[in-house]
Amino acid sequence: MTALRERALVLLDSTPSLPRHVRIQFDPVRQAYAVLSPERVFWPDEISLDILRRCDGRTSVGAMIADLTAEYDAPEDEVAGDIMTFLQEWADRLLVRP
Amino acid sequence: MSEALLPPIGMLAELTHRCPLQCPYCSNPTELMKANRELDTETWLYLFRQAADLGVLQVHLSGGEPTLRRDLEQLIAGLSSHGVYTNLITAGVGIAEGRIEAFAEAGLDHVQLSFQGAHAETTERIGNHRGGHQKKLETARRVRAAGLPLTINAPIHRHNIGEVPDFIELALSLGAERLEIANVQYSGWALVNRDALMPDRDAVERQMEIVGQAQERLRGILNIDFVTPDYFAIYPKPCMGGWARDAFMVAPDGTVLPCHAAHTIRSLTFERFGDRSLAEIWTDSPAFNAFRGTDWMQEPCRGCERREIDWGGCRCQAMAIAGDPAATDPACVKSPVHARMGMLIDDALASARAEKAAGNPPEESFIYRRIAATTQLA
Repeated sequence: MTALRERALVLLDSTPSLPRHVRIQFDPVRQAYAVLSPERVFWPDEISLDILRRCDGRTSVGAMIADLTAEYDAPEDEVAGDIMTFLQEWADRLLVRP
Repeated sequence: MSEALLPPIGMLAELTHRCPLQCPYCSNPTELMKANRELDTETWLYLFRQAADLGVLQVHLSGGEPTLRRDLEQLIAGLSSHGVYTNLITAGVGIAEGRIEAFAEAGLDHVQLSFQGAHAETTERIGNHRGGHQKKLETARRVRAAGLPLTINAPIHRHNIGEVPDFIELALSLGAERLEIANVQYSGWALVNRDALMPDRDAVERQMEIVGQAQERLRGILNIDFVTPDYFAIYPKPCMGGWARDAFMVAPDGTVLPCHAAHTIRSLTFERFGDRSLAEIWTDSPAFNAFRGTDWMQEPCRGCERREIDWGGCRCQAMAIAGDPAATDPACVKSPVHARMGMLIDDALASARAEKAAGNPPEESFIYRRIAATTQLA
């Protein structure tokens, strides 16, 4: 059994980034942001896009939560839950690096 | 048309039919084109610009073996300048020193590398290429060293279905992000070699179990995409995501088709880039409009609640097995000729048993993919 890598867990102090094979790009034909990855194109909604844009390798998950709680004027625990779930899902598909 | 026509997202560019391997399940047509029919650099670059303008976001550079095109760096750079995501689909044998780095430099986003077996002996026997496995291992290493993400593609059939656990180990050991366990689709050369390639039912079931468990165990470590075997299915796949719905392909001579096997539907005429623009072909070509949406469907597709999930399945498989490109894909349990799939499996297994009883090595029953081999088929 080769165990070179481990599943990465998203924590409050993680500073997620997008791996090289994932790219956010504005598509002028459809007037929308697309996330390009091997074999798949995603069309993120506004909230997903707000999270993915903050995956710059410097912003911590905690800071994202504080930031988006203020921006959306929503309860912090709700925003925190949504962000952590979203990022873990994307990390499990190797689309985000925690 | 029951819904608005949307712009295409993906394009498969078969840059050439030339290839150093001779896999008996190649998806290229059985009538292969020689190099003198390939589009030149300028024409491909012009086509790529039109594709990007039309809305294409991802281009899969394939073949044959696309790295045999000496202008591949230029083609990648052209796509990259339009912001198109580029995926190189390669057999990974004989790529000259420094070229992988040059592809990365030109803006290549991702590499998909095929392995015919998880072990050297299998890879060499299936691809009919000595030393192939070692060259592929070396290519994988160079891809990772160039900082490029890597998918391992494993086409699965009777002669390597037992190696699925080893393919998973191989992908992990090579540092791949993705592994495609892709059961062979019986079109092109694979249809010619169907009897020699068809796995048995027990092996298919074991494979599904192994892949399911590995997907769970390797969550967040390795993405395993599983392309299910149609002949053993209950429902068909949404082939190409639906006929001419969000993707298309271009053959080496510039013929534009909804999928790589569409030419097997002889009642359709396909147009060439240059005679018309990509936008005109995408919008107006009668071949593209023939099976778009759901209006063309017959029963049981027409009234089926899954009609916008699988879009009737594969038109080429309907043609090959039901003899009607507008029929329900026979992979579907609702198809009136679904039982033929089971009979074709039984026929293939009986023929395999006969070959084995006669003491013939498996590769003797392969019709290997090559230009001269087409005369054997006539």
